[in-house]
Amino acid sequence: MQTQFSAAQLADSQTRESEKILRSCVHCGFCTATCPTYLLEGDERDSPRGRIYLIKDMLENDKPASKEVVTHIDRCLSCLSCMTTCPSGVNYMHLVDHARSHIEKTYRRPWHDRLLRRVLAAILPYPSRFRAALTLGRLGRPLAPLLGRVPGGDRLKAMVSLVPVGGLPRVGAEPAQQGSCTRRVAILGGCAQKVLDPEINAATRRVLARLGVGVVPVPDEGCCGALVHHMGQEDKALVFARRNIDAWWPLIEDGLEAIIITASGCGTTIKDYGFMLREDPAYREKAARVSALARDITEYLDGLDLPEGRGDTLVVAYHSACSMQHGQQIRDEPKRLLQRAGYAVRDVPEGHICCGSAGTYNILQPGFASRLRDRKVANIERTKPDVIATGNIGCMTQIGSGTDIPIVHTIALIDWAMGGPVPNGLERIAP
Amino acid sequence: MTHIQFPIPDMTITDRREEIIAALAGVVPEECLIVATDQMRAFETDALTAYRRMPLAVVLPRSTEEVSAVMACCHAAGVNVVPRGAGTSLAGGAIPQEDAVVIGVSKLNRVLDFDRKSRTITVETGITNVAVSAAVAPEGFFYAPDPSSQLACTIGGNIGMNSGGAHCLKYGVTSNNVLGVKVVLNDGTIIDLGGDAMDVPGLNLLGLLIGSEGQLGIVTEATLRIIPTAEGARPVLFGFDSSEEAGACVAAIIAAGIVPVAMEFMDRPAIEICEAFAKAGYPLDVEAMLIIEVEGSDAEVDASLARIIAIAEAHGVRVIKQSRSALETAQIWKGRKSAFGATGRVADYICMDGTIPTGQLPFVLKRLGEIVAGYGLRVANVFHAGDGNLHPLILFDANDPEDQARAEAAGNDILKLCVEVGGCLTGEHGVGIEKRDLMGFQFTKADLDQQLRVRAAFDPDWRLNPAKVFPLEGRLI
Ligand SMILES: Cc1cc2nc3c(=O)[nH]c(=O)nc-3n(C[C@H](O)[C@H](O)[C@H](O)COP(=O)(O)OP(=O)(O)OC[C@H]3O[C@@H](n4cnc5c(N)ncnc54)[C@H](O)[C@@H]3O)c2cc1C
Ligand code: SF4
Ligand code: SF4
Repeated sequence: MQTQFSAAQLADSQTRESEKILRSCVHCGFCTATCPTYLLEGDERDSPRGRIYLIKDMLENDKPASKEVVTHIDRCLSCLSCMTTCPSGVNYMHLVDHARSHIEKTYRRPWHDRLLRRVLAAILPYPSRFRAALTLGRLGRPLAPLLGRVPGGDRLKAMVSLVPVGGLPRVGAEPAQQGSCTRRVAILGGCAQKVLDPEINAATRRVLARLGVGVVPVPDEGCCGALVHHMGQEDKALVFARRNIDAWWPLIEDGLEAIIITASGCGTTIKDYGFMLREDPAYREKAARVSALARDITEYLDGLDLPEGRGDTLVVAYHSACSMQHGQQIRDEPKRLLQRAGYAVRDVPEGHICCGSAGTYNILQPGFASRLRDRKVANIERTKPDVIATGNIGCMTQIGSGTDIPIVHTIALIDWAMGGPVPNGLERIAP
Repeated sequence: MTHIQFPIPDMTITDRREEIIAALAGVVPEECLIVATDQMRAFETDALTAYRRMPLAVVLPRSTEEVSAVMACCHAAGVNVVPRGAGTSLAGGAIPQEDAVVIGVSKLNRVLDFDRKSRTITVETGITNVAVSAAVAPEGFFYAPDPSSQLACTIGGNIGMNSGGAHCLKYGVTSNNVLGVKVVLNDGTIIDLGGDAMDVPGLNLLGLLIGSEGQLGIVTEATLRIIPTAEGARPVLFGFDSSEEAGACVAAIIAAGIVPVAMEFMDRPAIEICEAFAKAGYPLDVEAMLIIEVEGSDAEVDASLARIIAIAEAHGVRVIKQSRSALETAQIWKGRKSAFGATGRVADYICMDGTIPTGQLPFVLKRLGEIVAGYGLRVANVFHAGDGNLHPLILFDANDPEDQARAEAAGNDILKLCVEVGGCLTGEHGVGIEKRDLMGFQFTKADLDQQLRVRAAFDPDWRLNPAKVFPLEGRLI
């Protein structure tokens, strides 16, 4: 597409990057059809091509973000389905990141929106605060019906309804490390997942231990920054990124093989650290190295020789998280691993469409999120599975809130097939 | 590339914008009416992005009745209307005007009826082309016309442009596959044309409507013919050392009376671009490639392939590669169908769309290369060879106005060449604004005047998509 940026505008590196992206979009519209919000609304403004166009107009004319533009950018899930579809290689992710930070800088949201975003940013990335908030949330559950009446109350209601009902799940035994390993990896502890389901990383450690892969502890790491990044709080995201890079760097210099990530949402962001810090001379190279070492757990395991499973015939509907299939373009590896572990794997119809979780989206856009969840659940249920597997904690919470079919992390099923404990929630159906 | 003129906006309309918007707000709910500049921006163009115009307002109705109410409202206010589907027109057919209301059918996307026995499906016209095939696939059917843009483009737009696609060689284009439509006329009247069979009594107004580019009415529902999926289908890649050889091979296959399901041509630049995106296994060491697909039982496929291969060998084919799996077949078509979009990775382009007699392919391909080179530009060729429908993609730099002007001039020369060799200005993308001013090369004044008279029978005041199709000068009112 033609663009109209001045030389002065192009002096800014982010604008330069966005101009390149805009130039590669040919406005063919292919992406519209695979965009969840366009599917629901049939409205160009809620399509990738429409958003790209609105962003173009805003950036070219150096306009502060208007309420109208913000509405449609806010509705974007950052699911990146559009990037998978786009034949022209348009990097929508970087463009919308730019738009979000432009919005954050130039637009004043209504007070309740600002407040909610501030609260989310102050709680979710910090496990101890998040744990406390969940307790409060459970206490707050009876108040949910009242929330509908305050400004932004539908979002508070959505937030409370996402709090797990029965308290937090138990964690299985941790493996004893097997002697000195030649292969050494780090596992991202992260933030919210650690609180909601610590068993995911425990299962990961057990599987890796069985394969003779050593896991080195990384005390100082934490949230990858994705949560605030998607809210346009770029500077905060970079603080998280730098802290993690600092935490991993000595290990990397010491020959760390990979940084294993068990939440694909985080994987997409960490794989983008190299880009995010491209203008920071002190971190540029380190960040690129970190991104290059980041691996989703299934991506990593796919390169190893896993034992064949015992072949019990649990039917597993595999839900590919958007950050997995679109953000990281990991499609077949998780399914291959599950099949090898002995499960009967089913693809979900319309599998490329988001479940509505998308980080904090299900809190910030409860209307769209619940329509997408219901659509996803209906598609999953059509495959008549015993269990749903996925590689992202956000999807587990989101889909789990709409169906009685148990939903577990892919690694939990693999761990189980290799002799680990029955995954949480599967006790009743375990053969 | 701004030499194509739009009519001067009618100030008596734009001055009444508030009043017109208020009237529209009376017939559709708020979420269906778009009036803020920042939001209408998303509708200012289609896939011919060199041209852009802001509309007066955009309406996205949710039912035929709402379309009718909006049309009646615009009619009463004397406002122009630009119908819009998915806005993938390459001819600028869906580009708005400052004094016109865009009526988009994208919210009308339901399947209304599937009649297995009579092999028809009735849909709202905002449904995407591919969604129609997806809806009937579990039953073993598909909707045949398959524009490369099928993922996005709507049935309404397909009807507007009489769209075709790779598989139309055997199954025909849109007009061969639409049985009936519901149309909202300029004044809001709702009429039905055609029926649910191939032939109906009376004037064949359906034939008139298909390809009328939103100038006769807005189509809101369509009954489509669907076709049982073939027992098997196999695309084969044929690589040649020159475009002329590949072109001659196509002409010979047609001359031998063989009708494959699809016969697509790509030259070297196009092959490289598509392979980079789709990783379809296209040969990268050839100057031109044909994708020829045949279908039927394995034995039938083998038999027709043997005949095609014999002809290809006589024309110096160097690489022959058959698809061996459903996955490979999907990749091969993904590469072909992404050709235009994938070209965006290397340059801006204008996509030409002309048709020539297949016997002229070798000559035209050679001449076309010379024309584009004469303007100092590059071209990538990817097109439906079987029916002689050319799509040269002229590569240029959209941020350089002179480059744009050259690209457009080269395009015009190519289209004139098509007419000179006995072909036609359009293949399947329609006229829109892009080829509007070339219509005089194709038709005599008497031809055009008769078309205008028929058009006037539907829309005497030129309210529907008035900037398109017919040269702005010499229009009969
Ligand atoms: C990458 C790419 C590849 C393409 N490949 C092909 C191809 O292989 N074959 C092909 O034929 N075309 C192709 N096209 C062109 C385009 O996709 C077709 O013309 C398509 O039919 C347009 O559909 P649309 O829904 O986008 O309609 P729009 O672009 O929105 O509109 C097209 C025309 O139809 C009119 N119209 C739209 N809806 C209605 C309605 N409901 N009632 C009355 N009039 C209406 C509009 O006013 C306009 O004149 C391609 C385009 C792109 C961008
Ligand atoms: S598919 Fe890619 S090139 Fe086409 S409109 Fe979408 S982003 Fe632009
Ligand atoms: S990221 Fe997802 S929601 Fe956002 S525009 Fe792309 S496809 Fe649509």
